[in-house]
Amino acid sequence: MSTLNSTAQKTPLYDFHLAQGGKIVDFAGYLLPVNYPLGIRKEHAHTRGHAGLFDVSHMGQVRISGAAAGEALEALIPVNLVGLRPGRMRYGFFTLDNGGVLDDLMITRREDDFLLVINASRKQEDLQHLEQRLPATVHLEPLADRALLALQGPQSVQILAALAPGAAQFGFMDAGPLEIAGVACWVSRSGYTGEDGFEISMPADQAETIARALLDSGLAHPVGLGARDTLRLEAGLCLYGHELNTETSPVEAGLAWAMQKIRRPGGDRAGGYPGQERIEHELAHGPSRCRVGLQPQGRAPVREPSELLDASGVVVGAVSSGGFAPSLEQPVSMGYVASALATPGTRIDALVRGKKVPVNVVELPFVAHRYAR
Amino acid sequence: MSEMKYTQDHEWARLEDNNEAVCGITDYAQEQLGEIVFIELPEEGDEVEQGNECAVIESVKAAGELKAPVSGVVLEVNEALNDEPELVNSSALGDGWFMRVRIEDPSELDSLMDEEAYEEYLATLD
Repeated sequence: MSTLNSTAQKTPLYDFHLAQGGKIVDFAGYLLPVNYPLGIRKEHAHTRGHAGLFDVSHMGQVRISGAAAGEALEALIPVNLVGLRPGRMRYGFFTLDNGGVLDDLMITRREDDFLLVINASRKQEDLQHLEQRLPATVHLEPLADRALLALQGPQSVQILAALAPGAAQFGFMDAGPLEIAGVACWVSRSGYTGEDGFEISMPADQAETIARALLDSGLAHPVGLGARDTLRLEAGLCLYGHELNTETSPVEAGLAWAMQKIRRPGGDRAGGYPGQERIEHELAHGPSRCRVGLQPQGRAPVREPSELLDASGVVVGAVSSGGFAPSLEQPVSMGYVASALATPGTRIDALVRGKKVPVNVVELPFVAHRYAR
Repeated sequence: MSEMKYTQDHEWARLEDNNEAVCGITDYAQEQLGEIVFIELPEEGDEVEQGNECAVIESVKAAGELKAPVSGVVLEVNEALNDEPELVNSSALGDGWFMRVRIEDPSELDSLMDEEAYEEYLATLD
């Protein structure tokens, strides 16, 4: 076992993870549990069946405020943010001049500002991008002293509402203040598992108090990064660095749904973001490659970066994520293929350890989403 | 008399009578790998070479391998691992055995660690 990076950062829940028996790894420079004694499979199953509690404090929370902040963000993100009502959250992505994606993120409009939640692995890049491109009238404030917890699974609302009755009134992608265990928190009904759930932001020094309060009923289990990945893979959700990178456009990634009509050609606020030319071209003509679900035949996982071949052995794509789906007891993967082959039912081969493994192109998600709507 | 020997890559070989050795991965290895979901075993009759990969081990989070702790011919593989790869997690030294090999050169085992040496080796790891 390798020595952990000595400069890796602890989240506010580090001691808590150790106390819960978490197996700590370095993820994007943060010390986090890959799993607890229950193990990845059971933590995954417990989340889908009941509720899992995830420490996602490594992610960046950033406050954007000032005059025309919505317009300023729309100049960086091809999503309707000017029209986003206070108390509502939306998925989006920073685009680059080449049409690629700098990062994907969640954006929440609050009464007087916007709250962004960005990937831990892209924090430096995102902040630099924002610093360089936001107008002087818009204020950027990284919220370094806050923690973030995710409570995910069908029993999430029952658990949270017992502590904060207002939680039951939140619809999917609603956001607002809630007092939990006497602490003022910011909560959204959102997540990264495909299940109903909540993401909860609180002052860092209150994270453990709230984590313990959420676990107190015994209905939720702490869940690590291992199951976070198997859950999001089953849900067909993108992970930056895998399905998304600076060369891949949101259209190729199958994320055009996140671009509301008003930002597309013909809409009142069409364009005006980096990479507009390529993205609008792909919206009109289709991208040359597409993100797809891949179902390997057999029991062997087909992991990234396995090449994908057509019947004549020509390379037509590659796997971006792959592993084992505990809810399905079978391997599942996601990847990119030439658009002509992106139809569900198409049979191609993955190259695994030098041998061809048949895979079928399939619809995403592998496990249906159960958001509260 | 059967004697357990270990490699630095956390494989074990149990030398039995008539120059046969049963092989597998250690408890430390299965712990590192996590929950195992798939194993690709060699086939009976395959020749394996000490230190070379001869089986694939896939856990929920990563792919690993078994490197043959000894050279020889595979006499038998543990078919139970096809349906129950998790046996390696629950019983790495018992029901989770991988293969039985007829050893060509018993002196190869001299280069492996005995139980005590392996325990000492484990203590040096993080």
